[in-house]
Amino acid sequence: MPIQSMKGALRALLLVAVFAAGVWSHSSGLIDDFLWHLPDVQYLAVEHLWLTAISGSLAIGVAIPLGILLSRPSMARWAESLMQVLNVGTTIPTLAVLALSMSFLGIGTVPAIFGLFVATLLPIARNTYAGLKGVSPALMEAAAGIGMSPTQRLFRVELPNALYVIFAGIRTALAINIGTVPLAFLIGAGGLGELIFTGIDLYDPVMMLSGAIPTALLAILVDALIATIAFFIVPRGVNPARQ
Amino acid sequence: MIRLDSLTKVFDTPKGAVVAADHISMEVPAGEICILLGPSGCGKTTTLKMINRIVRPTSGKVFINGDDTTGMDTQTLRRNIGYVIQQIGLFPNMTIEENITVVPRLLGWDKARYRERARELMAMIALEPDAFLKRYPSELSGGQQQRIGVARALAADPPVMLMDEPFGAIDPINRAVIQDEFLKMQQALNKTIMFVSHDIDEAIKMGDRIAIFREGRLVQYDTPDDLLTAPKDAFVESFLGEDRALKRLNLVKVREIVSDEIGSVTPSDTLETALARIDDFGYSNAILMVNDKRQPAGIVSRSVARTTKGYCRDHFQSVPAAVHLDDDLRKVASLMFAHDITWLPCVDDDGRVCGQITQRAITSHLGSRYRARQAADATAAKE
Ligand SMILES: Nc1ncnc2c1ncn2[C@@H]1O[C@H](COP(=O)(O)OP(=O)(O)O)[C@@H](O)[C@H]1O
Ligand SMILES: [Mg+2]
Repeated sequence: MPIQSMKGALRALLLVAVFAAGVWSHSSGLIDDFLWHLPDVQYLAVEHLWLTAISGSLAIGVAIPLGILLSRPSMARWAESLMQVLNVGTTIPTLAVLALSMSFLGIGTVPAIFGLFVATLLPIARNTYAGLKGVSPALMEAAAGIGMSPTQRLFRVELPNALYVIFAGIRTALAINIGTVPLAFLIGAGGLGELIFTGIDLYDPVMMLSGAIPTALLAILVDALIATIAFFIVPRGVNPARQ
Repeated sequence: MIRLDSLTKVFDTPKGAVVAADHISMEVPAGEICILLGPSGCGKTTTLKMINRIVRPTSGKVFINGDDTTGMDTQTLRRNIGYVIQQIGLFPNMTIEENITVVPRLLGWDKARYRERARELMAMIALEPDAFLKRYPSELSGGQQQRIGVARALAADPPVMLMDEPFGAIDPINRAVIQDEFLKMQQALNKTIMFVSHDIDEAIKMGDRIAIFREGRLVQYDTPDDLLTAPKDAFVESFLGEDRALKRLNLVKVREIVSDEIGSVTPSDTLETALARIDDFGYSNAILMVNDKRQPAGIVSRSVARTTKGYCRDHFQSVPAAVHLDDDLRKVASLMFAHDITWLPCVDDDGRVCGQITQRAITSHLGSRYRARQAADATAAKE
């Protein structure tokens, strides 16, 4: 009961604070400042999402088959060491990846997409591999013993059972991706980074925030979108969200 | 029919070669259940898995219904062999219906046919189709999952079934129930079954034949009764246990040794008549009283009949127990010990008395096999 009433009080306090902030920002002209950036935000957010969409789908398209390939029994000898390489890959800061990508591909959208692609690839490949390897050996034996071909085993047993983990990888990867796109501005690719970094350069916090806040919102939005897709695609029997 | 011909598996391990199965040759006649029995690590699972090629034989051959399976396509072979594993291995991503229709769908049955089959199978394993078909394995109890595992293996009606400790993961009470259900099903289905177990009691209960394994070798392959009466060596003897003679009680039904002759009285008989009958039949303690439908109604004891005057209906005790013709001797013996009596009335399906079973008949039946064997040994020794 005390916890309940404390929660209620906190909520009331928060509402008052938000309201006060709203009144203050309006009277100080802050909202007008933000609104001034709105056309830019709209344009750049779309650009931002395009960068994410292209590099993200490329990454998903490459990482899932890669994860599947590495999880095949015939690859068992190489898989673990290759996964180690991928794991080391994830520890390289994404800014460094972008810088490397720029030094090979120059300035512009293509090196940006490539850098984002590399940064997004790893978590998905890793989760696909781990998810598939995590399918219980008993299940695999049952599937084989019943007379499923290796392909049937993959599509009817392994992938459906690994799907939840794979989706978790995609969520992580896309969150990283959206958060990294602003850096892509540094190698000339556009996106909301333009507002953020220009804002920093000009000591204009409003401009910077009009880039940063939409970036955060986009990340949350995309995460929710993928979670919703996972909710419907991952079979109910292996979907913790639906049990 | 399953025939193994010199089936051998050698595993190459870092610690050297392990011979998991060493020239196993045996034959399971069509429609029989063969139990592979032995301590852990003796090669039962390996032998079983060589039949559906989960494990590739190092050498030797497997014949199913007379055909050498060596050249057969692995997928086709497996789809014609029902396979039940100990871990059950239901696909958690599929509904119960999808699980049990996996093989029919692989075989390309049309939808109407495999859905019909799913309902048939559910009826067979005594689970309500409407309640279960749309659920997922995680929503079922262990016993229910195991039944679904069996149903999945039976789905395409394969002539041969392989079962690796299928009821091992279930609690003892449920296990007994599932074993009984399975035996009943098998009476109708007549599959040829290889069944791995490490439980001697399960083996005796389920098996038409038992194959005892030790360190990759097949030591003895016999019917449960032959195995229990004539273990081949000290290993088999110790594996079967000191109480192996008692275990044979499981194998014999009351029907086989019941004596039709049983003296009885009716409630309207006098105690004098009762005493006379007790003496006529040579009973030491008491005589059974039956009602007008010949159902057991009580017993009249000798001491009462000797010392009291009157009618049986006024001077009887309750019947401690009665056994059915299809009960096994283990139950009979247990009842006799529990009630400290040496005989029990036997009843038929309608509950009518149809004979009696005595402790002497049981011991003499169990002993006859040993005596026959000793006689045979003696003759053999003379020649
Ligand atoms: N894949 C394998 N690799 C190496 N050794 C194995 C393998 N499978 C089984 N073995 C060995 O073969 C022997 C028989 O095993 P198994 O057939 O599983 O015994 P059981 O089913 O009777 O307990 C054991 O010594 C076991 O360690
Ligand atoms: Mg085993």
